[in-house]
Amino acid sequence: MASSNHNLSIAQYAIGLGDDALTLGHRLSEWCSHGPYLEEDIALINISLDYIGRARMFLDHAATVEGEGRDEDQLAYFRDDREFRNRLIFELPRGDFAETIARQCIVDPFYVLFFEALMQSKDPVLAGIAGKAIKESRYHWKHTHSWMLRLGDGTAESHQRILTALDEVWGYHFELFEMTDLDRELLDAGIAVDLAALKPKWDSMIDEVLTAATLTRPEDTWRQSGGRNGEHTEHLGHLLTELQFIQRAHPGLQW
Amino acid sequence: MNPGEGLELYEVFIRSRRGLDHKHVGSLRAEDDEMALQYARDVYTRRSEGVSIWVVRSDDITSSQESEDEAFFDPMDDKPYRHAAYYTVPDGVENI
Repeated sequence: MASSNHNLSIAQYAIGLGDDALTLGHRLSEWCSHGPYLEEDIALINISLDYIGRARMFLDHAATVEGEGRDEDQLAYFRDDREFRNRLIFELPRGDFAETIARQCIVDPFYVLFFEALMQSKDPVLAGIAGKAIKESRYHWKHTHSWMLRLGDGTAESHQRILTALDEVWGYHFELFEMTDLDRELLDAGIAVDLAALKPKWDSMIDEVLTAATLTRPEDTWRQSGGRNGEHTEHLGHLLTELQFIQRAHPGLQW
Repeated sequence: MNPGEGLELYEVFIRSRRGLDHKHVGSLRAEDDEMALQYARDVYTRRSEGVSIWVVRSDDITSSQESEDEAFFDPMDDKPYRHAAYYTVPDGVENI
């Protein structure tokens, strides 16, 4: 169990989770000073900081179990896009407010279920991170849920915009429930989460909010994935350009 | 739509520790009570300032008016006997 191969698997797993959190945290941070009004601006940035905090914990754990002398900063700032393992939905541009809320509507219930399961992980650090993150995600879902009702059941324009935004992001939700070889290996070891098993509960959470928001569930007409293999959309490179610029220009800079 | 248009003004009260009273900490704008509570959490308790939050629509607060200050508060100014400091403790009395 404690072989270095096993540790590398855990590191890979943690890097994937860390990259998910880092890219979404960055996308949400792009709302800073652009929120629709002050209170919502602060709310979004709080959520962004929750994700960046998770990214730090996951990447720090990855660096520790990997044992190759790298740290969280090196993982975050000195890998290229092909080395990033985040799933595609997290790197998509923030878009307008409806697009941001539509993505959160897919992601928040997923994380509520995911962290509930990860709390049972035999890896105590992953279980610990999950125990902290589950509280954050329950709150994120509350926030998003309120907005889904408001936009869906609001004006004709807000209804149409959130519907369109959901349609545009819908095909990326499948990847959240895809099991890679790594997921299966670590699931057998009692460390990883059975993603496919989360889907029925996620479906009912989504159906509940869509019904309450008078929205129709988008049809499953297309799907896109590949992030866990390093195959990304064209958006990730641009995201990393901004995210990594300072450290690339001034390696090791601290403040 | 202008930023903040159509939002209600709320007053925020935070209890910082169990056993203490809720204190007014400021105000914010939100669409409804539920969002006001969420925003209060985000805006006013980011640094662990609270264990309980109240939000109240500012419109629902009835307050004294500055124009009535004289009638409201001045009559109390000439009743010093309402303050404990008005009374001297007689010699030899240890507890009162």
